[in-house]
Amino acid sequence: MTNLGAQKLVIIGNGMAPGRMLEHLFEQAPGLYDVTIFNAEPRVNYDRIMLSPVLSGEKTFEDIIIHGDGWYIENNVTLYKGHRIVEINRQARTVTSDHGVTESYDKLVIATGSVPFIIPVPGKDLPGVITYRDLDDVDAMLLAAQSREKAIVIGGGLLGLEAAAGLALRGMDVTVLHVMPTLMERQLDPAAGYLLQKAVEERGIKVITKANTKRIIGTDRVEGIELDNGTIIPATLVVMAVGIRPNAGLAKDAGLAVNRGIVVDAGMQSSDGDILAVGECAEVDGMVYGLVAPLYEMARVAAAHLAGDTKPAFVHSDTPTKLKVTGINLFSLGDFADGDDREEIVLRDATAGIYKRVVIKDNRIIGTVLYGETSDGAWFNDLKKKGTDISAMRDTLIFGQSFQGGAPLDPMAAVAALPDDAEICGCNGICKGKITSTITAKGLTTLDGVRAHTKASASCGSCTGLVEQLMSLTLGDAYNPAAVTPMCTCTELGHDDVRRLIKAKGLKSIPAVMQELEWKTSCGCAKCRPALNYYLVCDWPDEYADDYQSRFINERVHANIQKDGTYSVVPRMWGGVTSAAELRAIADVVDKFEIPMVKVTGGQRIDLLGVEKEDLPAVWADLGKAGFVSGQAYAKGLRTVKTCVGSDWCRFGTQDSTGLGIRIEKFMWGSWTPAKLKLAVSGCPRNCAEATCKDIGVICVDSGFEIHFAGAAGLDIKGTDVLGLVKTEDEALEHIVALTQMYREQARYLERIYKWAKRIGHDEIRRQIMEDHDKRRAYYERFVFSQKFAQVDPWSERVSGKDKHEFKPMAAVGFHQAAE
Amino acid sequence: MTTNWIAIGHIDDIPLRGARCVKTPDGKIAVFRTAENEVFAIEDQCPHKGGPLSQGIVHGRAVTCPLHNFVISLESGRALGADEGEVRTIPVRNIDGQLSIAFEAAALVAAE
Repeated sequence: MTNLGAQKLVIIGNGMAPGRMLEHLFEQAPGLYDVTIFNAEPRVNYDRIMLSPVLSGEKTFEDIIIHGDGWYIENNVTLYKGHRIVEINRQARTVTSDHGVTESYDKLVIATGSVPFIIPVPGKDLPGVITYRDLDDVDAMLLAAQSREKAIVIGGGLLGLEAAAGLALRGMDVTVLHVMPTLMERQLDPAAGYLLQKAVEERGIKVITKANTKRIIGTDRVEGIELDNGTIIPATLVVMAVGIRPNAGLAKDAGLAVNRGIVVDAGMQSSDGDILAVGECAEVDGMVYGLVAPLYEMARVAAAHLAGDTKPAFVHSDTPTKLKVTGINLFSLGDFADGDDREEIVLRDATAGIYKRVVIKDNRIIGTVLYGETSDGAWFNDLKKKGTDISAMRDTLIFGQSFQGGAPLDPMAAVAALPDDAEICGCNGICKGKITSTITAKGLTTLDGVRAHTKASASCGSCTGLVEQLMSLTLGDAYNPAAVTPMCTCTELGHDDVRRLIKAKGLKSIPAVMQELEWKTSCGCAKCRPALNYYLVCDWPDEYADDYQSRFINERVHANIQKDGTYSVVPRMWGGVTSAAELRAIADVVDKFEIPMVKVTGGQRIDLLGVEKEDLPAVWADLGKAGFVSGQAYAKGLRTVKTCVGSDWCRFGTQDSTGLGIRIEKFMWGSWTPAKLKLAVSGCPRNCAEATCKDIGVICVDSGFEIHFAGAAGLDIKGTDVLGLVKTEDEALEHIVALTQMYREQARYLERIYKWAKRIGHDEIRRQIMEDHDKRRAYYERFVFSQKFAQVDPWSERVSGKDKHEFKPMAAVGFHQAAE
Repeated sequence: MTTNWIAIGHIDDIPLRGARCVKTPDGKIAVFRTAENEVFAIEDQCPHKGGPLSQGIVHGRAVTCPLHNFVISLESGRALGADEGEVRTIPVRNIDGQLSIAFEAAALVAAE
């Protein structure tokens, strides 16, 4: 959809800075620009700061996505993934990608970020030598970590230590080489650097300081490193994390002013009036930045200028540094070098492993290092930012905020005592007053709500505790951290509570649920009624009378409504297999009813589009004569089981994948599920049926059947996880059916398997389905029981006259040949 | 311009919390029956993107459009909540379950 009259904004790079810039821009000036993004990385915008938790296994990639594919669609942004821009033509005002796409611009934003610095030693190009910059690097490290062999990280700064900790957690034997005498010397003084080194070594990581790499050894791939002093350290993986430099080559080639980075003014404007630069590639007032807070500030300024407001200007400020290694608390801010005009206050507690140092000049804090106990970081930051004269509290300053004025040692009191302009979220520059006023103004009651509206704690998340304390302070008892989101405005209860109470109270009709659970509306709404209807169908298959008026139109008339009010009809093709007779019957139906479009679906069957509602029963009658039943392509239920041709035909096939797919589909068709359910069976690991992005998939192997689950290939894209390996077809069927029943009984309405699985935990699902035989058997049997009532072909029912009123108008009036 | 009451059928022809269509030369009219047995008639065309309102889920005195979830008041024809838009409402008469709609021939011609 193009927006006529809009200017064209092209962005090179899709990292955190341009992502944030667009959020601001869409808020301030929606529709002003048609936006196109070229991303050299083949993916959406994610939180790069959180790559370390992904490496260590504490988070998954999905957890750190900032803008999913859906965001780009919703905001009409064209995103070219995996396109590296190779040329900016300022005369023609165009950019061209390495895939040959040329796009013209009215305004161009360069956000090419930075490139890791590679130390120029022999062997630097050997396979096995990588940097730590993006998800591909993390994937490469994870792959290497499977070997459980030796790794070397060059660089004992923030990034290097996070990489080392992650690799160690993944089972590698890690050595950190650092060229300076102490770790993180740019952020920590030697004393704190020493404590940090001890903590790192306690994690089984070897640290060698003052280590100069002479060369990387290896012939076909990396085998180790030789230091200047002749020491040789063997390794199969070398990670270089020695720093970054702005990625400004493209801008330089285009003739823009480039110094260390792309030179921009305080309005993010480069030497070309139509070109802006934001992020790590930009140089403002001689400074380049690598931490997220100033980059987000650049994003805010650039968005304002793009929106036509030229007042905001970028101002330099110090950003606190935190290390994201679980169990190591470290906070560093400002300038802490020694000097004649400076004083320092130091607190050490060796047993507790605490070190605090505040550097003071002219009675004002200019730097702070906290190690082991960092809860006063925000307070010190605030004192420094405001230039508060600390002479009155000098004697007790180092003990922190709670010690001042004899206030009790209560963290809530400490947060309450912070002034409104105290910064809470360093990444996003959000202060206390902004958070509390937004909570009140927007009536927010959940952490997610606060994150959505203020961004506080939405980046690295280390201030989450502070934000939650602010919520308790502002909301009092109304804030319940475990608060659930209600199903809809008809009730205060969440989906999980409703499901539990339906079972516990034995509620067997929608009016009973609404009465007993004190619904606030007389007959619900379009959100809760379909959900309740599903829960009751699932929980009481033999007793509950399906309420058709609570079903979405597609499930009421067993076809898919289209934008013009016509319907599409998809007959079932078991496992994607059809025949001449079936195809002939479809062709005849298309001719007879003048169906305007026939389309092959992604689920290996045929879609007839543009059927008038009144024609549906007659179309079904003809299809039924050829043996077709409904494909339930409209259902929150079992859709398709895709297959490949398997061992019957394929020279690689290890099992009869087609046969198994058909067997599963014949067993499971007709079942209602919380959201649509798509399966696939591939006959070998080449995976031609694409089973590893399905809700449930099977990969046949020589030794049996590998069952996969929780994939997605829609608004979100996610590969499946392995549930387990079973030996026989019978076992495969039983495990798949049991997994489906577990999902049917536990998930929230409209929640796909991958979201449900993420919520309750993949390990828990594996435990119940793979290990607990009694539980699996019970799930299986409940599914089989429920199928007795579900496996009725809805099309033949309607051909026989059920719900006749649905397909006929009530009357026709006003025509000359009016019916009445 | 006279108002003619035109019979369209019996209330029991419409499912509770459901709707049926009446075809006219001017397009379809959706006739709704609420849980409380009230009957309303509105133009069968959502003000948003023309979705067939007769196919939506009926709740209270409102219907949710099947295409993009606009909620339309059956009484006023106006979109509820944050959405904006309005459809024509048509008077309905219910005498012992026999339903008629007000059919203004002149208005119809004018609309065409």
